[in-house]
Amino acid sequence: MASEDVFILGIKMTKFGKHKELDTVDLATEATLAALADGGVTMKDMNIIAAGNLMGGAMPIAQVIQKACGQTGIPAYNVSNACATGATALRVVGMSIKAGESDFGLAVGVEKLAGAGLLAGGSRKSDGKEWERSGRYGAVAGVDGRIGTDTMPGVFAQIGMEYNHKYGGANFELFAEISRKNHSHSTLNPLAAYSKEMTLEQIMGDLMIAYPNTRPMCSANCDGAAAAVLVSGSKLKTLSQEQQRRAVKISASILTSDPYEEACQVLPNVNTLTRAAAKQAYEQAGVGPEDLDLVELHDCFATAELVHYDNLMLCEEGNAVDFFKSGATWRTGTTPVNVSGGLQSKGHPIAATGIANVWEVCHHLRGEAGPRQIEGAKVGLAHVIGLASACGIHILESNSA
Amino acid sequence: MSNAIPFVNYLTLGDDPHLVAHECKSCSARFFDRRNACAGCSGTEFQSVDIPTQGEVRSFTIVAFAAPGIEVPFVSAIIDCGGTTVRGNIVNVEASPDHVKLGMPVKLTTFPIGKDEQGVEAINFGFEPAA
Ligand SMILES: [Zn+2]
Repeated sequence: MASEDVFILGIKMTKFGKHKELDTVDLATEATLAALADGGVTMKDMNIIAAGNLMGGAMPIAQVIQKACGQTGIPAYNVSNACATGATALRVVGMSIKAGESDFGLAVGVEKLAGAGLLAGGSRKSDGKEWERSGRYGAVAGVDGRIGTDTMPGVFAQIGMEYNHKYGGANFELFAEISRKNHSHSTLNPLAAYSKEMTLEQIMGDLMIAYPNTRPMCSANCDGAAAAVLVSGSKLKTLSQEQQRRAVKISASILTSDPYEEACQVLPNVNTLTRAAAKQAYEQAGVGPEDLDLVELHDCFATAELVHYDNLMLCEEGNAVDFFKSGATWRTGTTPVNVSGGLQSKGHPIAATGIANVWEVCHHLRGEAGPRQIEGAKVGLAHVIGLASACGIHILESNSA
Repeated sequence: MSNAIPFVNYLTLGDDPHLVAHECKSCSARFFDRRNACAGCSGTEFQSVDIPTQGEVRSFTIVAFAAPGIEVPFVSAIIDCGGTTVRGNIVNVEASPDHVKLGMPVKLTTFPIGKDEQGVEAINFGFEPAA
């Protein structure tokens, strides 16, 4: 027997931004109840829950959500996979449905991150008494900042600059122009943390964080949650016409980690695993990059977006700069990328991101994206990558004829 | 130099300071950290190899915001040292994109980062432009 097809029945993200009055539980519950309502089901219908939250300590977020809005005794999976956490939760639920264990399942990602500041390794210093070695390098003080950088803006700046060294054509202005595109797209997204048009001069003249990434070229730390209800293909057939029409097919759900190659433990290689995931996803879905009506990719920094054009095979290998310069990735182009505003404007509540980008794609495939609707969108791709590393790709297809 | 120690275990001091990697005996993958096994082939036997001190800048960034105690701005770079990739700061150069270039030749250099109460000096490494 062929394994079950998996569909998204209901999906919602909260407004991203500063939620002073709401805690992690409030945000997760808001997204969960909204996703259930969107799918026309309740907590009692769910056969499995998978959820992720990175900054809340060791809290078992899946059980916390159940305690907030429905304890039904179902298996609960707490997942953690850096920026791919939300995508991982989604995939865990999808696998359970494919395996025939569940008809319905719930995936949730939530984060409180507003004002978190720089996400870095931190640099320990000696107390001055006597040098003492620690860690896998036997360092007498923190290596971050003393032997290269562990800060995320710096690491991803190096990833973009490495692409430029290999293929050429990019410079500070080009990376800033990528950011201008996403900030421009964000003006149509009421759920984005920042939705302000920015000029190239404003972006380049803003606070430099790690050259060539200025502040608006970095993903915005913010609060937010996203949740999705998944259903099996055979169960979906028993639901209402309306539920079937609005359901979005998960044509591919892929997760990869980074294979060893020279230098990957010196500077993280985000290319190998993204390219591998893309290849598997296109094969599983039976579509190619040319079939995509929109793409939400992991632009944690402007420098990252460029390399992922190439990794997702949206352009020919080595051709990302020309591809971007052609205007292809603007919402008016042939392959609109990050019409939500991307992580640079929409915001990046880490564990929520891998479901929020799926929500964005679903919103267009259902024809419900309002002023920012990509007309006639039928197929979309959502991509996330978390360092250390994990890459999640979902290809989604409209279910309405 | 007897009262000096290297900042990390993979830096060797002396007349000719250089980095030393653990090289996997079966697949030749090189690592700078303490190893249990090889990430390339899972082999468990390693030998020490000296890394060339001359290299080329494969990527860099100029970090303007860092953890407390780190002087900014500084140049973090990825250096290709004769086929082995090394991470380090570029020093003895203005931290500006006008002075640091992709493909720029660099060479290893060492410098003290401070003394402990016993008077032992810790010596770190970085790379500087090679004329
Ligand atoms: Zn090996």
